[in-house]
Amino acid sequence: MEGKTRLWDVKINSKWCKRCGLCVAFCPRGVLKLDDEGRPVVVDIAHCTGCLLCEMHCPDFAIAVKRSE
Amino acid sequence: MGSDLTRYLRVEKLPHIWCAGCGHGIVTQAIVRAIDELGLDPVKVTIVSGIGCSSRAPGYMNFDTLHTTHGRAIAFATGVKLARPELKVIVITGDGDAAAIGGNHLIHAARRNIDLTVICYNNTVYGMTSGQYSPVTPLGSFASTAPYGMVERPFDLCELVMGAGGTFVARSTTYHARHLTNVIKQAIQHKGFSFVDAFSQCPTYFGRRNNMRDALAMLNWYKENAVSRDDWAKIPPTQRGSKFPIGVFKDEEAPEYCESYRKVIEKAMKEGDAK
Amino acid sequence: MAESRSRLYQGNEACVEGAIAAGMRFFAGYPITPSTEIAELCSVRLPQVGGTFIQMEDEIASMAAVCGASLAGLKAMTATSGPGFSLKQENIGFAAEAEIPCVIVNVQRVGPSTGMPTSPAQGDLMQARWGRHGDQEIVALSPAYVEEVYSLTVEAFNISEELRTPVILLMDEVVGHLREKVTLPKPGDLVIKDRKKPAPGSRYLPYAPGEGEDGDIPPLGVFGDGFRFHVTGLTHGPEGFPTNSPNVGEPQIKRINSKISSRREKLCKAEELFTEEADVLVVSFGCSARSAKKAVKDLRAMGVKVGLLRLITVWPFPEHLIQRIAARQLKAVVVPEMNLGQLAREVRRCLDGRAPVIGVNRVAGKLIEPADIIRAVQEVR
Repeated sequence: MEGKTRLWDVKINSKWCKRCGLCVAFCPRGVLKLDDEGRPVVVDIAHCTGCLLCEMHCPDFAIAVKRSE
Repeated sequence: MGSDLTRYLRVEKLPHIWCAGCGHGIVTQAIVRAIDELGLDPVKVTIVSGIGCSSRAPGYMNFDTLHTTHGRAIAFATGVKLARPELKVIVITGDGDAAAIGGNHLIHAARRNIDLTVICYNNTVYGMTSGQYSPVTPLGSFASTAPYGMVERPFDLCELVMGAGGTFVARSTTYHARHLTNVIKQAIQHKGFSFVDAFSQCPTYFGRRNNMRDALAMLNWYKENAVSRDDWAKIPPTQRGSKFPIGVFKDEEAPEYCESYRKVIEKAMKEGDAK
Repeated sequence: MAESRSRLYQGNEACVEGAIAAGMRFFAGYPITPSTEIAELCSVRLPQVGGTFIQMEDEIASMAAVCGASLAGLKAMTATSGPGFSLKQENIGFAAEAEIPCVIVNVQRVGPSTGMPTSPAQGDLMQARWGRHGDQEIVALSPAYVEEVYSLTVEAFNISEELRTPVILLMDEVVGHLREKVTLPKPGDLVIKDRKKPAPGSRYLPYAPGEGEDGDIPPLGVFGDGFRFHVTGLTHGPEGFPTNSPNVGEPQIKRINSKISSRREKLCKAEELFTEEADVLVVSFGCSARSAKKAVKDLRAMGVKVGLLRLITVWPFPEHLIQRIAARQLKAVVVPEMNLGQLAREVRRCLDGRAPVIGVNRVAGKLIEPADIIRAVQEVR
């Protein structure tokens, strides 16, 4: 998906995150994946639409979805 | 949550104590988001809680916060509200805290229609003490004190509060996080006793004993079984099974207790002067 | 002619008037004989002074509402009798742990259990001190006269505000229902104390001891003033958040105890008659002390060297007073009380064998009469 400007930033606070995996499950665009330690990582930011489903379902307050500057 | 919302949290107290996948953080975030979207003055928000997993939430929330005794949050909050009616008083409670030991205070505060917003983090179990059944644990489900399956018929907290006279009653779930935030906003704005039954998954103690392996399985159960209020009315009672209605069930105006009592003060002071 | 300041008050009425004079503007209660007049009069008087009365659904809720109102900035009170006093214990404990100023009036009646609702007793003395789980000291004052109900209610509020603690006004049905003359203080004569508040804009630690003589009493913010502080019944540190660390928890638990025990002598109020030359000392409190005073005066007239120590502050227990009087070799200490010997127990503890303690006890509502006490003193060899 070249040429697609990056509209959103997704930051994960690994200090607060308890690796429940809900964010990955709720993301409708596969932006997030669990690494081999079960930590959520952003793998495809270009597909993020800023729907906030990951942030709103994070029980640990650990995801911040922001418009890119 | 971005810094626009974490400013409502005591970030130095995080990470919180709730288990991985517990829904209570989702409900807490919905409250914070509701407060932010309503533009409330955080100085004038007081949050009162009882005892249990739910009731640790105020410790993480950057407001005047009062963590009281088991079941008594609503009674403490009544004192706070009456003493300083301009405060927006939000009560955070659990299903056991509100409807078992706290049931008497729940129904009387609803009856009085005092302007409190009660958010019940409903995980149908006593999580803090590791898994006993509560007054809302579904029939037949398992808990540490219902090893042979729950045989008590559970409350429907919304029906209970409506029956007691609460003037705003709604339910949502941690799966429906945006909807949950919206009904919390409406509840906060409502003048009078408002109650939100917020289904919130407890994977550690309830899910594990009732073949829902993890938080996601429980959230999917909410998704499959939640029905809008209008659709619910169309399902014949015999076919409801484990389904439950979500939405705003009641939203009525009635005299609010603090305002009624302010008139008593005006009357008493006028009569006093007349003497 | 200046308007007369003397009133004929019922004891329960004097309690309400004293509380209002002290600045009480919130009452939450539940009907229970023999204290109900306090609630009824609050429902009339409080709105007249811009205050709030609420009849809650039970005594537990009443005590909770009082704590909430106090944290929202009002001087708050509840009143009850034995059964309600038992129900309130957990939330009184919360007020002690969270250091919330408030006043709990217990108009004692015959117990145990439902007992005799309209008959007097003094059987809640130990409960007032030990009714809560865990270690926490408390202040309890016990009036024996209606005028004293007025002044001690003011005193109770002042102590609760100064020490950030619940204070119990331990009355009984006699003093509660009796009508006697009360001379109201001239406006401005009444000393009213208010809680220390944190400086606006300061970083507020609601449980952090400070410097100075009253450094062990942290200031108390008011909900809604912007301090955004946390109050919990969990053992907590100076900033008020839960702790499981013994190093953090122990100083807090010890401080809510020492802040009262260390002020024992300052808090102690008592009335002494002829104690400096007594061979036999009569120790009593509340309604029984009225008969004790009459008995002591009659015995003095008969040439018996007897003295009276009437305790007004019952908790913290005035050990120093008893030990001072007992320093002179006493033949005996006679303790009239309307229970089976709760005060006598404490007196024995303080005397530590230095003198025999003889109880004069009634439990079923019949008053202890001066003649009962005179007989007990005369029987002392």
